[in-house]
Amino acid sequence: MRKFWVFTPFVAFLVMGVFLYKGLFMDPSKLPSALIDRPFPSFSLPSLYEPDQLMTEADFKGEVALLNVWATWCPTCKEEHEQLNKIGLREGVPIYGLNYKDDPQLARDWLQRYEDPYTKVVVDRDGRLGLDLGVYGAPETYILDSDGIIRYRHVGEVDEKVWQKLKGLMEIIAAEGEA
Amino acid sequence: MIPELGTFSTILALCLALILSVVPMVGAYTGNKLWVDYARPLAKGVFFFLTLAMALLAYSFQTDDFSVVYVAQSSNTNLPWYYKFSAIWGGHEGSLLLWVWIQAFWTLAVAIKSKNLPLDIVGRVLAVMGMITVAFLLFILFTSSPFERFLPNAPMEGADLNPLLQDFGLIVHPPALYMGYVGLSVAFSFAIAALLSGRLDAAWARWSRPWTNVAWAFLTLGIALGSWWAYYELGWGGWWFWDPVENASLMPWLVATALIHSLAVTEKRGVFKSWTVLLAISAFCLSLLGTFLVRSGVLTSVHAFATDPERGVFILGMLIFVIGGSLLLYAIRAGSVKSESSFALSSRESLLLVNNILFTVACAMVLIGTLYPLVMDALNLGKISVGPPYFNALFVPLMSLMVVFLGIAAFSRWKETPVSLLSSKLWLPGVLSVVAALATHWLYSGSIEFWVLLALLLSYWIVFTWGREYLTRLRIRKDWLANMTRQSRSYYGMLLGHLGVAVMIVGIAMVTVFVEHRDARMAPGDQLEFRGYTFIFDGARKVQGPNYVSDMARVRVLKDGQPFREMFPEKRKYTARSMVMTQVALDPGFTRDLYIAMGEELENGAWAMRLQFKPFVRWIWLGALLMTAGGLLAASDPRYRKQDKREAAERGSYA
Repeated sequence: MRKFWVFTPFVAFLVMGVFLYKGLFMDPSKLPSALIDRPFPSFSLPSLYEPDQLMTEADFKGEVALLNVWATWCPTCKEEHEQLNKIGLREGVPIYGLNYKDDPQLARDWLQRYEDPYTKVVVDRDGRLGLDLGVYGAPETYILDSDGIIRYRHVGEVDEKVWQKLKGLMEIIAAEGEA
Repeated sequence: MIPELGTFSTILALCLALILSVVPMVGAYTGNKLWVDYARPLAKGVFFFLTLAMALLAYSFQTDDFSVVYVAQSSNTNLPWYYKFSAIWGGHEGSLLLWVWIQAFWTLAVAIKSKNLPLDIVGRVLAVMGMITVAFLLFILFTSSPFERFLPNAPMEGADLNPLLQDFGLIVHPPALYMGYVGLSVAFSFAIAALLSGRLDAAWARWSRPWTNVAWAFLTLGIALGSWWAYYELGWGGWWFWDPVENASLMPWLVATALIHSLAVTEKRGVFKSWTVLLAISAFCLSLLGTFLVRSGVLTSVHAFATDPERGVFILGMLIFVIGGSLLLYAIRAGSVKSESSFALSSRESLLLVNNILFTVACAMVLIGTLYPLVMDALNLGKISVGPPYFNALFVPLMSLMVVFLGIAAFSRWKETPVSLLSSKLWLPGVLSVVAALATHWLYSGSIEFWVLLALLLSYWIVFTWGREYLTRLRIRKDWLANMTRQSRSYYGMLLGHLGVAVMIVGIAMVTVFVEHRDARMAPGDQLEFRGYTFIFDGARKVQGPNYVSDMARVRVLKDGQPFREMFPEKRKYTARSMVMTQVALDPGFTRDLYIAMGEELENGAWAMRLQFKPFVRWIWLGALLMTAGGLLAASDPRYRKQDKREAAERGSYA
C-alpha cells in the first residue's frame, strides 16, 4: 500500500505536465455554460448607483444587451474598460454591470475615474449571484435577449475582435426577436 | 576583452561543475575516497570562477561598456554608481548569473561547514548541488548570456535601468530572495543524497536543519523587502497584491515553513521521514518554478513561450528533469522507509502534522489561484483574473486556524499529551486573550470591528500561551537568570519566530481596517485635515536629479495644530526612458505612517494629491524581521555542530 502512495506525487506531476503541455498547443475552444438558453437566475440585490434600490432579474429584460461581470481588483477588467466605454457610450449598446465581490465605494470611484459604460449596475458583494451564474473569474461577458434569457457567454477580456463577434450575435438575436 | 573573459570564466565554472556533479557521486558509489575528496576543491573552484564572472560583469557596468548588450539594455552613463552595481540583477540575464553565483556560494558553504559529516554524504550532496549549477550555467551560456556583445557597432548610450528598480529596496531585495530560493537547494540536495544512499534516517534531518533555517530566514526577509519596496515605490500604498510574482515567492515560503517544522519532528522523533523528504523536494522545486515563472515572463502572458521558444523549451526541459527526476527517485526509494516511533492523537507530533497540512493546503490554494488564469489563457479560453477575494477568502481562515493550533502547541509534549494537561494550561491564556483583545481594541478605536478583534485575539493568544510556557521554564530552578540562559538558541529562535507571527497579524489587520485615505485637488495654500493631522500644500517646483527631472511638492504637516514636519513627494520623469514615476513622501512611525503620493498636475499649480494614514503598517515588516532573526538564531545553535562532531568521533573510532 505504502509503495503505491509514494508514487502519487510523481504521477500527479506527470498528469499536470501533460495537461499543461497539451494546453500550450491546443485549439481555441468555447467554454460551455450550463445556463445557455436559460433565464437569468433570480436575485434581489442593491443597485450600485442607488444602494437603497433593490434590483431583480426583471431589470435585465426589455432589450438585447450585454451583461459584464467586473471588479476593481481585476486587472483584466481595467484593460477591457476602454473597449466597454466604446461599446456602451460611443455605440450606445446597453451594458448591464455585475459588480462582483467588490467594495461598492471603490466601484463608484472607479466608474467616476474611467467613465461609466453601464446602464445599470447590480452589486453582488458576496458573490452569490456570480455563483448562481457560474462565474469562473472576472471579467466575463454575457449576451441577454429581450426576455432576459442568457444566449451567449464569453470568458475573459472583450477586445475589438471579440466585440465584433458579439455584435454579430446580438444582431441575429435581435432579428429573431422581431420575427 | 573583459566581457569575453567573463564568458570564459563562466565556461570554466561550467567545466568544474560538470566534474563536481559526476566524480564525487561515482566515488560515493564505488567507495573511492580519493574521488569523493575532489568534491570540496571543485566546489571552491566553481565559486571562484563565478565570482570572477560577477566581478567582470560589474566592471562592464561601472565602465559603461555599452558594447555589452545587457549593459546597454539596463544601464546609462548618468546612473549613480550604486545603481550601476545593482543593475547587474536588474534584468533576466544578470539575475540568472546572480542566482547561480549564490548557488555556488551555498555549495562552498556546505563544502566548508561539513567537516564532521560522513564523507560519502558530503560527496553526494555537493554533486547534486553541482548538477543544479550545471543546469543553470548551460541555460545561461546557451540562451541568456549577460556577456553578449553588439559588434561591431556599439550604441553610444544605454537605455537606462528601469526607474522602478532604481531604489534601495531593489538593491537588496533580489539577493535576499535568491539567498532564500537557492538556500533551499541545500535541503533538497541533502534529501536527494539521503534517498540515493538509502539512509533516510534522522541524521539527514539534523544535517539539513540549520541550512534550511537560514534559507527560510532569507526567504522571509526577501519577501518582506519586496513587500516594503512595493509599498513605498509603487505609490498605491498597498503591501501585498496577490500578484503572480508575489505568489511565486510565497509558495516556496509556505512549503519551507512546513519543512522547518517537519524537520524538527523527523530529527527528534524519527517519524514523518518520507513526508519531510517530499517537502524538501517540493520547496526547492517551487523555488525553481518561481524563478522561472517570474523570469520567463510566462506569468504575465503564456505567449512569452512563443516569443522566445528557445528559453521556454529549455526551462520546460529543466523543470521536467529536476522535478520529475526527484519525484521519481522519491517514489522508488521512499516506499521502504519505516517510522522509528509511534505517537498518540494528542501529541506534539500530531500538532506539527496539522501545521504541515495547513501550510501545504495553503500553498496548493495559492498554486491553483496563480496557475488557473495561466491555464485558461493557454487553453485559449480567454484572459481572466483570480483576484484578492479568492486568496483572502481561503488564506485568512487557514492561517487563523493555524494560529489557534500554534497556541495549543505551546504546551504539547512529544509522544503523548493528556488533553487534561492542555486544557489546564490553556484556559488562562484563552481568557486573558479575550479580555486583552477587547480592551486594546476599545481603547484604540472606541468601536469593535470583527476582523481587528479576531486578529488581536489571535496575537494575544500566541503571546500569552508561549509566554506562559516560557515562564514555566524560568521557574524550573530557583535562579531564574540561570534558567534563562540555559534555554537553547533554537528555543529562543522559535519564540522570536512565533512572536513575529503575532506582530505581523496585528499590522495586517490594523492597516487593512483602519487605513484612511483622501484624494484631493490641492492648490498652493490648500489644507486638508484628518486623523489629527493638517496637511498644507505649499506648491510644487522643478528639481533636477542625476538622470531625471522632477516636480517636487512641499507639504507642511501640523499635528494637533502644532508644526510637525515637512514632506516632499515627487513626480519624477526619467529622461532616458521618458518614464514618469511617483516618489512617495513617507513619515514612518511605530503606530502609523503618513503617506503622500502625487497624482496628475492640474491647472494653476494645483495637483491631484493622495494622502493616506496607515496605522501599524510597519508591524507587518517588523514581524517578518522577527521571524528572520528567529530563523538565524535557531540555525546558530551550537548543538548541531557538537552532535556532528561526536558522531564523527564515533565513526573515527570504529573505522
